[in-house]
Amino acid sequence: MLPNLGYGSLVITLIISIYAVVAAVIGERKNLYKFVESARLALLLTFPLLTLTVISLIALLVNQNYEVQYVYNVTSSTMPLYLKITALWGGQAGSLVFWAWLMSAFGSAVTLRRWDRDLDLLPWVIVVTSVTLAFFLFMIIAFENPFIRFWTTTTGRDLVTMFAPAGSQLIHPFDGRGLNPLLRHPGMVIHPPMLYLGFVSFVIPYAFGFAALITGRKDDRWIRLTRRWTLVAWMFLSIGLILGSRWAYDVLGWGGYWAWDPVENAAFMPWLSGTAFLHSVMIQEKRGLFKRWNMILVILTYSLVIFGTFLTRSGVLSSVHAFAQSAIGPMFFVFIGASFIISLALLIKRWDELRSEGVMTSLLSRESLFLINNLLFIGILVVVFWGTVYPLISELFTGQKVTVGPPFYNSTTGPLFAGLLLLMGIAPLSAWGHSTWKTLGKALWLPASGSLILLIVLIISGIRSVGALIGIWLASLAAFVTIYEFWRGTTARHRRSGENYLTAFWKLTFRNRRRYGGYIIHLSVVFMAIGIIGIELFQTETQGRLAPGESMSLAGYTVTYKNLAEFDVADGRNVARAVLSVSKNGRDLGELYPRRDFYYDSQQPMTIPGVRSTIEDDLYIILVNWEQISSRGATFKVFHNPLINWLWFGGILLVIGSFIAAWPETEKSIEFAPSRIVKTNSGKMITKP
Amino acid sequence: MKKEIMDNFVKKFIFILIIMLGFILFYPKDFVYGQNKIPSDDEVNAIAKELYCPVCENIPLDVCPTQACAQWRALIKEKLIAGWSKEQIKQYFVDQYGDRVLAQPPARGLNWLVYILPPLFFVGGIVLVYKNMKHIKKSPDNIIQDIKNEDHKYIQEMEEALKNLNNDKDLS
Amino acid sequence: MENLTEDKNKHKKLPQWVIIGVFAVLLAFLALMGWGLKNAQQGPIQVGNSVPPFELKTFDGQIIKTEDLIGKVIVVNFWASWCKPCEQEAADLEEAWRNYQESGEVVFLGVDYVDTETEARGYLEKFDITYPNGPDLRTAISQLFKISGVPETYVIDKNGKLAARKIGPFVSINEITSMIDSALKQ
Repeated sequence: MLPNLGYGSLVITLIISIYAVVAAVIGERKNLYKFVESARLALLLTFPLLTLTVISLIALLVNQNYEVQYVYNVTSSTMPLYLKITALWGGQAGSLVFWAWLMSAFGSAVTLRRWDRDLDLLPWVIVVTSVTLAFFLFMIIAFENPFIRFWTTTTGRDLVTMFAPAGSQLIHPFDGRGLNPLLRHPGMVIHPPMLYLGFVSFVIPYAFGFAALITGRKDDRWIRLTRRWTLVAWMFLSIGLILGSRWAYDVLGWGGYWAWDPVENAAFMPWLSGTAFLHSVMIQEKRGLFKRWNMILVILTYSLVIFGTFLTRSGVLSSVHAFAQSAIGPMFFVFIGASFIISLALLIKRWDELRSEGVMTSLLSRESLFLINNLLFIGILVVVFWGTVYPLISELFTGQKVTVGPPFYNSTTGPLFAGLLLLMGIAPLSAWGHSTWKTLGKALWLPASGSLILLIVLIISGIRSVGALIGIWLASLAAFVTIYEFWRGTTARHRRSGENYLTAFWKLTFRNRRRYGGYIIHLSVVFMAIGIIGIELFQTETQGRLAPGESMSLAGYTVTYKNLAEFDVADGRNVARAVLSVSKNGRDLGELYPRRDFYYDSQQPMTIPGVRSTIEDDLYIILVNWEQISSRGATFKVFHNPLINWLWFGGILLVIGSFIAAWPETEKSIEFAPSRIVKTNSGKMITKP
Repeated sequence: MKKEIMDNFVKKFIFILIIMLGFILFYPKDFVYGQNKIPSDDEVNAIAKELYCPVCENIPLDVCPTQACAQWRALIKEKLIAGWSKEQIKQYFVDQYGDRVLAQPPARGLNWLVYILPPLFFVGGIVLVYKNMKHIKKSPDNIIQDIKNEDHKYIQEMEEALKNLNNDKDLS
Repeated sequence: MENLTEDKNKHKKLPQWVIIGVFAVLLAFLALMGWGLKNAQQGPIQVGNSVPPFELKTFDGQIIKTEDLIGKVIVVNFWASWCKPCEQEAADLEEAWRNYQESGEVVFLGVDYVDTETEARGYLEKFDITYPNGPDLRTAISQLFKISGVPETYVIDKNGKLAARKIGPFVSINEITSMIDSALKQ
């Protein structure tokens, strides 16, 4: 019953979203508001319908209905309840349903806003959102149906289909295969939803941009409307990336957090163009410049989202992350081709009309620095894109498989990221319109001296790595400038209104959420940069075999192997857990418990490191191997990761900053000028005379 | 009779001794030399770090947990004992398993594109921006020149006011 | 104020060559993705297709070229010492080989996929395998057959075309012999 309900709901939602597209287009072409309103309601309806599908699937997962192939593939009886629920996105079919559900949530949310002022944009926003939704639903229904079940016919054949073949019976497997053990970690539980939220929410700004292009509007209304959407989308995507890194660090046991794997890059690329877009729209709002840039960036972000989803699921690129290859690859390809070409054609059509309203007058003005900002982000994007796609090109043209690994990415993107850090320091202090070296210098000298002093201190304390020196110097410059901005604003407020510093700081931030929230995000990026510099440039490692009682040392720490225990755990795994004691300079620092879990149902091992985290570093120990019988020695790999926790702390700060920046205005809304496009009683949309 | 047997025995003994001596003298020296140092796990990992698992996707050889990778690390250890250098070992892996075992495409043939295209694109971007900036910088100068020709009282007052405004650096 | 009108004239339409160039790049990129996708979707080499010639250098140093073996049925088996399922079929394969060895019409070739020589030799010794085996240098042969894993076996008929393929280990020696026999009959 439930599978039929869930499947039926999927089909109905597909029909409704197609209807929404048709109705919106008819309404727009023929100027019949009734049709557009109907389309809007149709889009609104997709969310409750898909919620029905999701609930059905979750119910099937929780109740262990193994006759449903998807349930069999991703759950097993030993999995705890919360994992059974989150197994919803543990496999290809379920994750597509989840994607579609989130898309419908955002689509519905968009329909609920006040549309009176923007009736010309509404039909096209509905079209873009519904087409994207319909595409995903079609793929699910046609190729990746999570509700198909196991049947056995009277002739003894076994089939997997949606509806019962004539005279067949359901097969009920005894137990499921269970979720890949790597996915059973809390970080893994939230990482896909965050990423999907980020991807899906970037569809909305694109929809508005598309609507602006197709209706020929030259103003920045579409940007103002989607500003908060963009910020929220960016926040989710950032959280998704950070959580993915944290999970990799916690659970994959290679002492790192980012491998430049093609699927990681596929999620990183829309983040790059999305961040550029987030900044670039400020220029259009303030000065009417960069209209073409903004269109390019939003189209790029949407395209990269779809492209990234395609890369992950089509089997075109080999990756640890990739889903099993399936028939949806060609479908995605067609969709990508069509959306690229249509977006590009529209952009070219409107290119001349998107001329800038002003001119850039100075090399050091804020607009000019933002242009360089765009260039740097696109530069990093090009590098990452090229590195991701090149193995495919090599295989196609020469038959040789190659790997493009971290050395390439680090050496090419490193300087570009350094450039971004520098901009993060200078740009907040540059002026709109006109800026010279003198004016910039006057604003910059205090924070710059602070960072220079820090640089000298670092050199004196013995750091010789050029990369680290430049990196930390630039990061500190950006940090000092940001703190300086807070200090100037706070003291100005304090002087003006007599509030104490704390209140002044609070009110300053609260009244100017977008700006100071943004500054907090910049500060968080600085922390993350410091963490990354610490682990990338100063990580040390060692590996060795220890007999019980023996020790090894790394970076001043001494690690002593005490014992190892092997035992079975209730949720279906065998655990080998080592006990090591850690000391530094003779002082005992406690114990660490690196372990190896082996999951019986999926026959897969997982290495969980024992980690001791402090502000200055992580001591990270992996159990590589152990001898079971005679000598009882064990091999351990020890990493020393300096400053890594600045990365995670920066991540938390980023979320706080994003919340502040995106917090809705609570002030009284401004009286809007009456709309120029109104609907008449007969249902037509006309321009007010 | 006994003396003959003894002589034969001694001859055979000396003969065997000579053979053993020749064996010790002429056996491959590096094997004997290599027995003195067994490479530590760190030395093996230092090389494994720069190689990728030939069978898994995009996992460096030093962290790959599979049995096959453990075999490859043992292979590296073997080669180190035999006195091979890092470059020789990496080349051996490439010959056996192909280019994908390296962390970067070897710089030959089509692979030059990997290293050339990004800088090219970036330089192109800078050129485009520079051309735009030059074009833009021209206009304001002309306008300012025009205005300077007129000695207008209002213009001067405006300039004063603007200067005062710019001094209060509230940039929001 | 003539300068402003001059500026307006400078804003010409987007040059034709830029538009064509951008679309060309986009289409080239799509073509590339399409090609890659087709490749990824293809799966292993199809029965009935001609198998390109390749050569195998055995662990004993012998070089075997398939183009020299036209007229015989070739059984190409991909295996690895770290592959547990491969062990299931190893004994059956060796037995099948011994059955056909005398007739001289069938050649067995074992291709060691991405393996280490020491372990490979150990595997061969363990199962007492006597037919020629060699490493798949640079994964050239496995890429030719587009295998998706090990073990996989490909039977090439007397004319160099693929007669049959088996993904996964053989369950019995009869499976092997029936595949070879039908190739011999052709």
